[in-house]
Amino acid sequence: MSTVFALVDCNNFYASCEKLFRPDLKAVPLVVLSNNDGCVVARSPEAKALGIKMGVPAFQIQSLIEEHGIVVFSSNYALYADMSQRVMTTLEQLAPAVEVYSIDEAFLDLTGVSSAISLAAFGHQVRQTIRDWIGITVCVGIAPTKTLAKLANHAAKQYRATGGVVDLTSPIRQRKLLALVPVSEVWGIGRQLTTRLAALGIHTALELANADPKMIRKAFSVVVERTVRELNGESCLPLEMVPATKKEIVCSRSFGERITTLGAMREAIATYISRAAEKLRGEGQSAKAVTVFLRTSAFNQQEPFYSKSATATLSLPTDDTRDLQAKALALLDQLWRDGFRYAKAGVMLSDFYAPGVYQPGLFDTAIPRANSKTLMRVVDTINHSGLGKVWFAGQGVKKAWSMKRERLSPAYTTRWSEIPHVR
Amino acid sequence: MSSLLIGQARLWPRRPIPLFLERVSAGFPSPAQDYVEQALDLNELCVKHPAATFFVRVQGDSMIEAGIQPGDILVVDRSIHAVHGDVVIASLDGEFTVKELALRPRVQLLPRNVLYAPIEIPEGMELEVFGVVTNVIRQIRRQR
Repeated sequence: MSTVFALVDCNNFYASCEKLFRPDLKAVPLVVLSNNDGCVVARSPEAKALGIKMGVPAFQIQSLIEEHGIVVFSSNYALYADMSQRVMTTLEQLAPAVEVYSIDEAFLDLTGVSSAISLAAFGHQVRQTIRDWIGITVCVGIAPTKTLAKLANHAAKQYRATGGVVDLTSPIRQRKLLALVPVSEVWGIGRQLTTRLAALGIHTALELANADPKMIRKAFSVVVERTVRELNGESCLPLEMVPATKKEIVCSRSFGERITTLGAMREAIATYISRAAEKLRGEGQSAKAVTVFLRTSAFNQQEPFYSKSATATLSLPTDDTRDLQAKALALLDQLWRDGFRYAKAGVMLSDFYAPGVYQPGLFDTAIPRANSKTLMRVVDTINHSGLGKVWFAGQGVKKAWSMKRERLSPAYTTRWSEIPHVR
Repeated sequence: MSSLLIGQARLWPRRPIPLFLERVSAGFPSPAQDYVEQALDLNELCVKHPAATFFVRVQGDSMIEAGIQPGDILVVDRSIHAVHGDVVIASLDGEFTVKELALRPRVQLLPRNVLYAPIEIPEGMELEVFGVVTNVIRQIRRQR
Protein backbone atom coordinates (compact mmCIF):
# COMPACT_ATOMS: atom_id res chain seq x y z
CA MET A 1 0.00 0.00 0.00
CA SER A 2 1.39 3.41 -0.89
CA THR A 3 2.11 5.73 2.03
CA VAL A 4 0.06 8.84 2.79
CA PHE A 5 1.07 11.53 5.27
CA ALA A 6 -0.65 14.69 6.39
CA LEU A 7 0.96 17.71 7.99
CA VAL A 8 -1.42 19.61 10.27
CA ASP A 9 -0.15 23.08 11.15
CA CYS A 10 -1.95 25.61 13.37
CA ASN A 11 -2.38 29.06 11.81
CA ASN A 12 -0.67 31.89 13.74
CA PHE A 13 -0.80 29.58 16.75
CA TYR A 14 0.29 31.88 19.61
CA ALA A 15 -1.76 34.79 18.27
CA SER A 16 -4.82 32.53 17.82
CA CYS A 17 -4.51 31.26 21.42
CA GLU A 18 -4.49 34.83 22.71
CA LYS A 19 -7.48 35.85 20.58
CA LEU A 20 -9.62 32.88 21.56
CA PHE A 21 -10.08 34.24 25.09
CA ARG A 22 -10.37 37.90 24.11
CA PRO A 23 -13.51 38.39 22.00
CA ASP A 24 -12.89 42.13 22.25
CA LEU A 25 -9.73 41.67 20.13
CA LYS A 26 -11.47 39.74 17.34
CA ALA A 27 -10.56 42.07 14.47
CA VAL A 28 -7.64 43.83 16.15
CA PRO A 29 -4.04 43.40 14.94
CA LEU A 30 -2.12 41.43 17.55
CA VAL A 31 1.48 40.26 17.95
CA VAL A 32 3.21 37.97 20.45
CA LEU A 33 6.79 38.70 21.51
CA SER A 34 9.60 36.24 22.28
CA ASN A 35 11.40 35.80 25.62
CA ASN A 36 12.13 39.09 27.33
CA ASP A 37 9.65 40.78 25.01
CA GLY A 38 12.35 40.90 22.33
CA CYS A 39 11.10 40.01 18.86
CA VAL A 40 7.77 39.29 17.16
CA VAL A 41 7.21 35.51 17.12
CA ALA A 42 3.54 35.43 16.09
CA ARG A 43 1.21 37.75 14.20
CA SER A 44 -2.53 37.77 13.71
CA PRO A 45 -3.67 38.11 10.07
CA GLU A 46 -4.44 41.81 10.74
CA ALA A 47 -0.85 42.38 11.95
CA LYS A 48 0.52 40.56 8.89
CA ALA A 49 -1.57 42.82 6.69
CA LEU A 50 0.16 45.83 8.28
CA GLY A 51 3.46 44.49 6.98
CA ILE A 52 4.90 43.36 10.32
CA LYS A 53 7.52 40.72 9.63
CA MET A 54 8.31 37.63 11.67
CA GLY A 55 11.32 38.09 13.97
CA VAL A 56 11.39 41.89 13.88
CA PRO A 57 12.55 43.44 17.22
CA ALA A 58 9.69 45.04 19.14
CA PHE A 59 11.37 48.45 19.42
CA GLN A 60 11.56 48.72 15.62
CA ILE A 61 7.77 48.57 15.24
CA GLN A 62 6.97 50.87 18.16
CA SER A 63 5.52 53.59 15.93
CA LEU A 64 3.40 51.07 13.97
CA ILE A 65 2.10 49.69 17.28
CA GLU A 66 0.97 53.13 18.42
CA GLU A 67 -0.36 54.22 15.04
CA HIS A 68 -2.53 51.14 14.44
CA GLY A 69 -3.34 50.21 18.01
CA ILE A 70 -1.61 46.84 17.67
CA VAL A 71 -2.10 44.75 20.80
CA VAL A 72 1.12 43.22 22.11
CA PHE A 73 1.44 40.10 24.28
CA SER A 74 4.40 38.41 25.97
CA SER A 75 4.77 34.69 25.25
CA ASN A 76 2.36 32.80 27.54
CA TYR A 77 3.92 29.34 27.37
CA ALA A 78 1.52 27.81 29.92
CA LEU A 79 -1.40 28.71 27.66
CA TYR A 80 0.23 27.65 24.39
CA ALA A 81 1.41 24.32 25.81
CA ASP A 82 -2.09 23.52 27.10
CA MET A 83 -3.75 24.47 23.83
CA SER A 84 -1.16 22.46 21.88
CA GLN A 85 -1.87 19.46 24.08
CA ARG A 86 -5.57 19.78 23.25
CA VAL A 87 -4.89 19.94 19.50
CA MET A 88 -2.56 16.93 19.63
CA THR A 89 -4.88 14.71 21.69
CA THR A 90 -7.76 15.57 19.34
CA LEU A 91 -5.60 14.61 16.34
CA GLU A 92 -4.82 11.32 18.08
CA GLN A 93 -8.55 10.61 18.26
CA LEU A 94 -9.02 11.39 14.57
CA ALA A 95 -6.02 9.75 12.90
CA PRO A 96 -4.51 6.26 13.16
CA ALA A 97 -1.01 7.55 14.04
CA VAL A 98 0.35 10.96 15.02
CA GLU A 99 3.85 12.38 15.30
CA VAL A 100 3.93 15.62 17.29
CA TYR A 101 6.51 17.59 15.33
CA SER A 102 6.44 20.90 17.21
CA ILE A 103 4.14 22.87 19.51
CA ASP A 104 1.85 23.70 16.56
CA GLU A 105 2.57 21.00 13.97
CA ALA A 106 1.91 17.27 13.70
CA PHE A 107 2.36 14.62 11.03
CA LEU A 108 -0.44 12.07 10.62
CA ASP A 109 -0.07 8.69 8.96
CA LEU A 110 -3.10 8.38 6.70
CA THR A 111 -2.01 5.27 4.85
CA GLY A 112 -5.13 3.27 3.99
CA VAL A 113 -7.55 6.03 5.01
CA SER A 114 -8.52 6.73 1.37
CA SER A 115 -10.32 3.38 1.14
CA ALA A 116 -12.84 4.72 3.68
CA ILE A 117 -13.08 8.43 2.93
CA SER A 118 -11.58 10.80 0.37
CA LEU A 119 -8.38 12.32 1.69
CA ALA A 120 -9.55 15.87 1.08
CA ALA A 121 -12.80 15.17 2.94
CA PHE A 122 -10.78 13.72 5.82
CA GLY A 123 -8.59 16.83 5.84
CA HIS A 124 -11.62 19.10 6.05
CA GLN A 125 -13.04 16.97 8.84
CA VAL A 126 -9.80 17.38 10.83
CA ARG A 127 -9.85 21.11 10.23
CA GLN A 128 -13.49 21.48 11.23
CA THR A 129 -13.10 19.37 14.39
CA ILE A 130 -10.05 21.29 15.64
CA ARG A 131 -11.80 24.59 14.99
CA ASP A 132 -15.04 23.55 16.71
CA TRP A 133 -13.48 21.80 19.69
CA ILE A 134 -10.51 23.99 20.44
CA GLY A 135 -11.12 27.20 18.53
CA ILE A 136 -7.85 27.01 16.63
CA THR A 137 -7.70 27.06 12.82
CA VAL A 138 -5.33 24.60 11.13
CA CYS A 139 -4.18 23.91 7.59
CA VAL A 140 -3.77 20.37 6.32
CA GLY A 141 -1.38 19.20 3.59
CA ILE A 142 -1.69 15.61 2.36
CA ALA A 143 0.91 13.78 0.26
CA PRO A 144 2.78 10.47 -0.13
CA THR A 145 5.88 11.76 1.73
CA LYS A 146 6.49 14.04 4.70
CA THR A 147 8.49 16.50 2.58
CA LEU A 148 5.64 16.79 0.05
CA ALA A 149 3.08 17.04 2.88
CA LYS A 150 5.01 20.04 4.20
CA LEU A 151 4.80 21.67 0.77
CA ALA A 152 1.11 20.81 0.45
CA ASN A 153 0.55 22.52 3.81
CA HIS A 154 2.49 25.55 2.62
CA ALA A 155 0.14 25.73 -0.38
CA ALA A 156 -2.94 25.28 1.82
CA LYS A 157 -1.80 28.29 3.87
CA GLN A 158 -0.90 30.43 0.88
CA TYR A 159 -3.90 29.89 -1.38
CA ARG A 160 -7.24 30.76 0.17
CA ALA A 161 -9.23 28.92 -2.50
CA THR A 162 -7.96 25.61 -1.08
CA GLY A 163 -10.13 26.07 2.03
CA GLY A 164 -7.08 25.19 4.12
CA VAL A 165 -6.71 21.64 2.80
CA VAL A 166 -4.50 20.46 -0.07
CA ASP A 167 -4.47 16.86 -1.28
CA LEU A 168 -1.19 16.43 -3.12
CA THR A 169 -1.35 12.68 -3.75
CA SER A 170 -1.63 13.08 -7.53
CA PRO A 171 1.83 13.22 -9.19
CA ILE A 172 0.57 15.75 -11.75
CA ARG A 173 -0.49 18.17 -9.01
CA GLN A 174 2.83 17.55 -7.22
CA ARG A 175 4.80 18.66 -10.29
CA LYS A 176 2.61 21.70 -10.80
CA LEU A 177 3.15 22.87 -7.23
CA LEU A 178 6.88 22.05 -7.18
CA ALA A 179 7.38 24.28 -10.23
CA LEU A 180 5.83 27.23 -8.34
CA VAL A 181 7.77 26.85 -5.10
CA PRO A 182 11.27 28.25 -4.56
CA VAL A 183 13.71 25.62 -3.35
CA SER A 184 14.20 27.53 -0.09
CA GLU A 185 10.63 26.56 0.93
CA VAL A 186 11.47 22.85 0.82
CA TRP A 187 11.68 21.18 4.24
CA GLY A 188 15.33 20.96 5.33
CA ILE A 189 16.71 23.32 2.69
CA GLY A 190 18.17 26.24 4.64
CA ARG A 191 19.81 29.44 3.52
CA GLN A 192 23.27 27.94 2.94
CA LEU A 193 21.96 25.03 0.90
CA THR A 194 19.79 27.41 -1.13
CA THR A 195 22.88 29.41 -2.16
CA ARG A 196 24.86 26.28 -3.03
CA LEU A 197 21.94 24.83 -5.02
CA ALA A 198 21.54 28.12 -6.89
CA ALA A 199 25.16 27.78 -8.02
CA LEU A 200 24.11 24.50 -9.67
CA GLY A 201 21.19 26.20 -11.38
CA ILE A 202 18.62 24.75 -8.95
CA HIS A 203 16.12 27.44 -7.97
CA THR A 204 12.70 25.76 -7.74
CA ALA A 205 11.56 22.71 -5.83
CA LEU A 206 10.90 21.03 -9.18
CA GLU A 207 14.49 21.55 -10.31
CA LEU A 208 15.66 19.90 -7.09
CA ALA A 209 13.22 17.02 -7.62
CA ASN A 210 14.61 16.54 -11.14
CA ALA A 211 18.25 16.52 -10.01
CA ASP A 212 20.14 13.24 -10.06
CA PRO A 213 19.99 11.81 -6.49
CA LYS A 214 23.49 10.30 -6.80
CA MET A 215 24.96 13.62 -7.86
CA ILE A 216 23.17 15.37 -4.98
CA ARG A 217 24.51 12.82 -2.54
CA LYS A 218 28.04 13.41 -3.78
CA ALA A 219 27.77 17.20 -3.86
CA PHE A 220 25.84 17.55 -0.59
CA SER A 221 24.84 14.70 1.69
CA VAL A 222 22.64 11.68 2.08
CA VAL A 223 20.13 13.95 3.82
CA VAL A 224 19.65 16.15 0.75
CA GLU A 225 19.51 13.04 -1.45
CA ARG A 226 16.64 11.83 0.72
CA THR A 227 14.88 15.17 0.18
CA VAL A 228 15.16 14.65 -3.61
CA ARG A 229 13.64 11.18 -3.31
CA GLU A 230 10.87 12.46 -1.04
CA LEU A 231 10.05 15.25 -3.53
CA ASN A 232 9.57 12.49 -6.12
CA GLY A 233 7.04 10.71 -3.95
CA GLU A 234 9.37 8.07 -2.51
CA SER A 235 8.82 8.01 1.26
CA CYS A 236 12.16 7.93 3.12
CA LEU A 237 11.14 9.50 6.44
CA PRO A 238 8.74 7.38 8.50
CA LEU A 239 6.47 8.71 11.23
CA GLU A 240 8.41 9.01 14.48
CA MET A 241 5.93 8.10 17.17
CA VAL A 242 8.30 7.84 20.11
CA PRO A 243 10.40 10.92 20.74
CA ALA A 244 14.09 10.01 20.73
CA THR A 245 15.60 9.74 24.20
CA LYS A 246 17.15 13.06 25.04
CA LYS A 247 20.93 13.15 25.10
CA GLU A 248 21.14 16.39 26.99
CA ILE A 249 18.91 18.92 28.70
CA VAL A 250 19.66 22.60 28.35
CA CYS A 251 18.09 25.33 30.42
CA SER A 252 19.18 28.85 29.61
CA ARG A 253 17.62 32.29 29.39
CA SER A 254 18.51 35.83 28.56
CA PHE A 255 18.14 38.01 31.63
CA GLY A 256 15.49 40.70 31.99
CA GLU A 257 18.17 42.96 33.44
CA ARG A 258 21.93 42.49 33.11
CA ILE A 259 23.48 40.61 36.02
CA THR A 260 26.56 42.16 37.60
CA THR A 261 26.86 40.41 40.96
CA LEU A 262 27.87 36.85 41.73
CA GLY A 263 24.99 36.54 44.22
CA ALA A 264 22.33 37.21 41.57
CA MET A 265 24.09 34.90 39.11
CA ARG A 266 24.18 32.10 41.70
CA GLU A 267 20.40 32.46 42.11
CA ALA A 268 19.91 32.27 38.34
CA ILE A 269 22.12 29.21 37.90
CA ALA A 270 20.50 27.50 40.90
CA THR A 271 17.08 28.11 39.33
CA TYR A 272 18.09 26.80 35.91
CA ILE A 273 19.67 23.69 37.37
CA SER A 274 16.51 22.92 39.38
CA ARG A 275 14.42 23.26 36.24
CA ALA A 276 16.84 21.07 34.29
CA ALA A 277 16.89 18.48 37.10
CA GLU A 278 13.09 18.44 37.12
CA LYS A 279 13.06 17.79 33.37
CA LEU A 280 15.71 15.09 33.87
CA ARG A 281 13.49 13.31 36.41
CA GLY A 282 10.57 13.71 34.01
CA GLU A 283 12.62 11.75 31.46
CA GLY A 284 13.40 9.10 34.07
CA GLN A 285 17.14 9.60 33.61
CA SER A 286 20.18 10.44 35.72
CA ALA A 287 23.04 12.66 34.53
CA LYS A 288 26.73 12.42 35.21
CA ALA A 289 27.93 15.65 33.58
CA VAL A 290 27.02 19.27 34.33
CA THR A 291 27.95 22.26 32.15
CA VAL A 292 27.56 25.91 33.08
CA PHE A 293 27.97 28.80 30.65
CA LEU A 294 27.60 32.54 30.84
CA ARG A 295 28.22 35.48 28.56
CA THR A 296 27.83 39.21 28.18
CA SER A 297 25.81 40.70 25.33
CA ALA A 298 27.15 39.77 21.91
CA PHE A 299 25.57 42.86 20.37
CA ASN A 300 26.79 45.67 22.55
CA GLN A 301 30.16 46.75 21.16
CA GLN A 302 30.74 49.36 23.88
CA GLU A 303 30.95 46.84 26.71
CA PRO A 304 33.78 44.37 27.26
CA PHE A 305 32.85 40.89 26.03
CA TYR A 306 33.22 37.73 28.09
CA SER A 307 31.88 34.28 27.34
CA LYS A 308 32.94 31.06 28.97
CA SER A 309 31.69 27.59 29.81
CA ALA A 310 32.92 24.72 31.97
CA THR A 311 31.88 21.11 32.49
CA ALA A 312 32.32 18.86 35.50
CA THR A 313 31.63 15.18 36.03
CA LEU A 314 29.90 13.78 39.08
CA SER A 315 31.21 10.63 40.74
CA LEU A 316 27.81 8.96 40.28
CA PRO A 317 24.97 9.72 37.86
CA THR A 318 22.24 11.54 39.78
CA ASP A 319 18.87 13.22 39.40
CA ASP A 320 19.05 14.90 42.82
CA THR A 321 18.73 18.68 42.50
CA ARG A 322 21.02 19.19 45.51
CA ASP A 323 24.00 17.33 43.98
CA LEU A 324 23.54 18.93 40.56
CA GLN A 325 23.14 22.36 42.12
CA ALA A 326 26.30 22.02 44.24
CA LYS A 327 28.30 21.03 41.16
CA ALA A 328 26.87 23.80 39.00
CA LEU A 329 27.53 26.49 41.61
CA ALA A 330 31.11 25.29 42.05
CA LEU A 331 31.55 25.61 38.28
CA LEU A 332 30.03 29.08 38.33
CA ASP A 333 32.48 30.23 41.01
CA GLN A 334 35.32 29.16 38.69
CA LEU A 335 33.86 30.92 35.67
CA TRP A 336 32.79 34.14 37.35
CA ARG A 337 34.72 37.34 36.58
CA ASP A 338 33.77 40.63 38.22
CA GLY A 339 33.30 43.76 36.13
CA PHE A 340 31.16 42.36 33.31
CA ARG A 341 27.47 42.90 32.62
CA TYR A 342 26.15 39.40 31.97
CA ALA A 343 23.26 39.04 29.51
CA LYS A 344 22.75 35.29 29.39
CA ALA A 345 23.64 32.15 31.30
CA GLY A 346 22.57 28.56 31.32
CA VAL A 347 23.21 24.99 32.36
CA MET A 348 23.35 21.71 30.48
CA LEU A 349 22.99 18.20 31.85
CA SER A 350 24.48 15.37 29.80
CA ASP A 351 25.93 11.85 29.94
CA PHE A 352 22.58 10.25 30.84
CA TYR A 353 21.97 6.88 32.43
CA ALA A 354 18.69 5.02 32.78
CA PRO A 355 18.01 3.78 36.33
CA GLY A 356 20.15 0.76 37.28
CA VAL A 357 22.39 0.95 34.22
CA TYR A 358 25.43 2.64 35.71
CA GLN A 359 28.18 0.32 36.96
CA PRO A 360 30.08 1.96 39.83
CA GLY A 361 33.81 1.27 40.11
CA LEU A 362 34.91 -1.37 42.61
CA PHE A 363 36.66 1.12 44.86
CA ASP A 364 34.26 4.03 44.46
CA THR A 365 33.42 5.51 47.81
CA ALA A 366 30.56 7.73 46.66
CA ILE A 367 27.15 6.45 47.60
CA PRO A 368 23.80 7.96 46.60
CA ARG A 369 22.06 10.11 49.23
CA ALA A 370 19.50 8.37 51.36
CA ASN A 371 15.84 9.07 50.48
CA SER A 372 16.86 11.19 47.49
CA LYS A 373 14.17 9.69 45.22
CA THR A 374 11.42 10.30 47.76
CA LEU A 375 12.44 13.89 48.46
CA MET A 376 12.65 14.75 44.76
CA ARG A 377 9.29 13.12 44.11
CA VAL A 378 7.72 15.23 46.87
CA VAL A 379 9.29 18.41 45.43
CA ASP A 380 8.06 17.62 41.90
CA THR A 381 4.58 16.65 43.09
CA ILE A 382 4.14 19.92 44.98
CA ASN A 383 5.45 21.98 42.06
CA HIS A 384 3.26 20.19 39.51
CA SER A 385 0.13 20.44 41.68
CA GLY A 386 -0.39 24.11 40.86
CA LEU A 387 -1.10 24.73 44.55
CA GLY A 388 2.26 26.13 45.48
CA LYS A 389 5.98 25.97 44.91
CA VAL A 390 8.93 24.74 46.91
CA TRP A 391 12.47 25.50 45.91
CA PHE A 392 16.00 25.43 47.22
CA ALA A 393 17.10 28.53 49.06
CA GLY A 394 19.97 29.09 46.64
CA GLN A 395 17.47 30.02 43.93
CA GLY A 396 16.62 33.21 45.78
CA VAL A 397 13.22 34.73 46.42
CA LYS A 398 12.96 37.99 44.52
CA LYS A 399 14.55 37.13 41.17
CA ALA A 400 15.10 40.63 39.83
CA TRP A 401 17.00 39.02 36.94
CA SER A 402 14.12 36.85 35.76
CA MET A 403 12.56 37.02 32.32
CA LYS A 404 10.68 40.16 31.37
CA ARG A 405 7.10 39.34 30.46
CA GLU A 406 5.28 42.59 30.99
CA ARG A 407 2.35 41.89 28.71
CA LEU A 408 1.59 38.38 29.84
CA SER A 409 -2.03 37.23 29.43
CA PRO A 410 -3.72 35.12 32.16
CA ALA A 411 -3.18 31.35 32.33
CA TYR A 412 -6.79 30.93 31.12
CA THR A 413 -6.72 27.14 31.02
CA THR A 414 -4.21 26.10 33.65
CA ARG A 415 -4.95 28.16 36.77
CA TRP A 416 -8.26 28.27 38.62
CA SER A 417 -7.65 31.85 39.67
CA GLU A 418 -7.15 32.99 36.08
CA ILE A 419 -9.95 31.29 34.13
CA PRO A 420 -11.99 33.60 31.86
CA HIS A 421 -14.96 35.49 33.31
CA VAL A 422 -18.45 35.44 31.78
CA ARG A 423 -21.31 37.83 32.50
CA MET B 1 -38.12 34.11 42.77
CA SER B 2 -37.57 30.43 42.47
CA SER B 3 -34.13 29.03 42.13
CA LEU B 4 -33.50 25.73 40.46
CA LEU B 5 -30.39 24.09 41.74
CA ILE B 6 -28.85 22.08 38.96
CA GLY B 7 -25.72 20.94 40.65
CA GLN B 8 -23.76 20.86 43.84
CA ALA B 9 -20.22 19.92 43.22
CA ARG B 10 -16.74 20.40 44.51
CA LEU B 11 -14.08 19.51 42.04
CA TRP B 12 -11.47 17.11 43.33
CA PRO B 13 -9.16 16.51 40.43
CA ARG B 14 -7.14 13.32 40.67
CA ARG B 15 -8.78 12.22 43.89
CA PRO B 16 -10.52 8.96 43.12
CA ILE B 17 -13.07 7.76 45.68
CA PRO B 18 -13.43 4.00 45.81
CA LEU B 19 -16.96 2.68 45.58
CA PHE B 20 -17.71 -0.24 47.91
CA LEU B 21 -20.51 -2.68 47.40
CA GLU B 22 -20.53 -3.94 50.99
CA ARG B 23 -20.76 -2.29 54.38
CA VAL B 24 -17.46 -2.47 56.20
CA SER B 25 -17.15 -3.29 59.89
CA ALA B 26 -14.41 -1.46 61.71
CA GLY B 27 -11.36 -3.22 63.09
CA PHE B 28 -11.62 -6.22 60.87
CA PRO B 29 -9.88 -6.90 57.54
CA SER B 30 -12.48 -5.85 55.06
CA PRO B 31 -14.06 -8.72 53.18
CA ALA B 32 -15.32 -6.03 50.79
CA GLN B 33 -11.83 -5.28 49.54
CA ASP B 34 -12.29 -7.82 46.78
CA TYR B 35 -15.37 -6.01 45.60
CA VAL B 36 -13.90 -2.56 45.00
CA GLU B 37 -15.15 -2.15 41.49
CA GLN B 38 -14.38 1.36 40.41
CA ALA B 39 -12.86 4.62 41.56
CA LEU B 40 -15.20 7.56 41.08
CA ASP B 41 -13.66 10.54 39.43
CA LEU B 42 -15.58 13.79 39.13
CA ASN B 43 -13.88 14.49 35.81
CA GLU B 44 -15.64 11.44 34.44
CA LEU B 45 -18.97 12.96 35.44
CA CYS B 46 -18.36 16.55 34.34
CA VAL B 47 -15.82 16.36 31.54
CA LYS B 48 -16.79 14.17 28.61
CA HIS B 49 -14.34 15.68 26.10
CA PRO B 50 -11.25 16.92 27.99
CA ALA B 51 -9.57 18.40 24.90
CA ALA B 52 -12.67 20.49 24.14
CA THR B 53 -13.54 21.48 27.73
CA PHE B 54 -12.85 24.89 29.23
CA PHE B 55 -13.75 26.38 32.61
CA VAL B 56 -15.11 29.89 33.11
CA ARG B 57 -16.18 31.84 36.18
CA VAL B 58 -19.56 33.57 36.44
CA GLN B 59 -19.84 37.28 37.14
CA GLY B 60 -23.27 38.79 37.65
CA ASP B 61 -26.72 37.39 38.36
CA SER B 62 -28.39 37.18 34.94
CA MET B 63 -28.77 33.39 35.18
CA ILE B 64 -29.70 32.84 38.83
CA GLU B 65 -33.04 31.27 37.95
CA ALA B 66 -31.15 28.61 36.02
CA GLY B 67 -29.11 27.81 39.15
CA ILE B 68 -26.09 29.75 37.98
CA GLN B 69 -24.84 32.19 40.62
CA PRO B 70 -22.04 34.74 40.70
CA GLY B 71 -18.73 33.02 41.47
CA ASP B 72 -19.79 29.64 40.06
CA ILE B 73 -17.44 27.78 37.78
CA LEU B 74 -19.04 26.53 34.57
CA VAL B 75 -17.87 23.52 32.60
CA VAL B 76 -17.98 24.46 28.92
CA ASP B 77 -17.82 21.79 26.22
CA ARG B 78 -16.99 23.08 22.74
CA SER B 79 -17.51 19.71 21.08
CA ILE B 80 -21.28 19.85 21.64
CA HIS B 81 -23.36 21.45 18.90
CA ALA B 82 -25.61 24.02 20.61
CA VAL B 83 -29.34 23.47 20.20
CA HIS B 84 -32.46 25.40 21.26
CA GLY B 85 -32.64 25.56 25.06
CA ASP B 86 -28.93 24.97 25.76
CA VAL B 87 -27.12 27.25 28.18
CA VAL B 88 -24.22 28.64 26.16
CA ILE B 89 -21.22 30.94 26.41
CA ALA B 90 -21.48 33.46 23.59
CA SER B 91 -19.31 36.40 22.68
CA LEU B 92 -21.36 39.56 22.53
CA ASP B 93 -20.00 43.09 22.10
CA GLY B 94 -16.50 41.82 22.78
CA GLU B 95 -17.45 40.06 26.00
CA PHE B 96 -18.19 36.50 27.02
CA THR B 97 -21.73 36.07 28.30
CA VAL B 98 -23.64 33.08 29.67
CA LYS B 99 -27.26 32.86 28.50
CA GLU B 100 -29.88 30.39 27.37
CA LEU B 101 -29.92 29.95 23.61
CA ALA B 102 -33.30 30.29 21.90
CA LEU B 103 -33.52 29.42 18.21
CA ARG B 104 -37.33 29.45 18.02
CA PRO B 105 -39.27 31.47 17.02
CA ARG B 106 -36.17 33.62 16.43
CA VAL B 107 -32.57 33.69 17.61
CA GLN B 108 -32.29 35.19 21.09
CA LEU B 109 -30.07 34.97 24.13
CA LEU B 110 -32.31 34.61 27.18
CA PRO B 111 -31.20 35.71 30.64
CA ARG B 112 -32.77 33.65 33.42
CA ASN B 113 -33.58 36.53 35.71
CA VAL B 114 -36.81 38.56 35.45
CA LEU B 115 -34.84 41.77 35.89
CA TYR B 116 -33.05 41.27 32.56
CA ALA B 117 -34.49 41.56 29.07
CA PRO B 118 -33.90 38.99 26.32
CA ILE B 119 -31.14 39.88 23.86
CA GLU B 120 -32.31 39.86 20.26
CA ILE B 121 -29.88 38.64 17.63
CA PRO B 122 -30.89 40.43 14.44
CA GLU B 123 -31.23 38.33 11.33
CA GLY B 124 -28.02 38.32 9.33
CA MET B 125 -25.85 38.86 12.40
CA GLU B 126 -23.73 35.87 13.23
CA LEU B 127 -24.01 34.78 16.83
CA GLU B 128 -20.69 33.45 18.05
CA VAL B 129 -21.10 30.59 20.47
CA PHE B 130 -17.92 29.73 22.40
CA GLY B 131 -19.33 26.52 23.82
CA VAL B 132 -22.17 24.74 25.60
CA VAL B 133 -22.36 24.78 29.41
CA THR B 134 -22.69 21.24 30.74
CA ASN B 135 -22.15 21.57 34.51
CA VAL B 136 -22.02 24.08 37.33
CA ILE B 137 -19.40 23.79 40.04
CA ARG B 138 -20.10 25.65 43.25
CA GLN B 139 -18.28 25.78 46.52
CA ILE B 140 -21.07 25.33 49.10
CA ARG B 141 -18.97 25.66 52.20
CA ARG B 142 -17.20 28.93 52.53
CA GLN B 143 -13.42 28.68 52.35
CA ARG B 144 -11.76 29.67 55.60
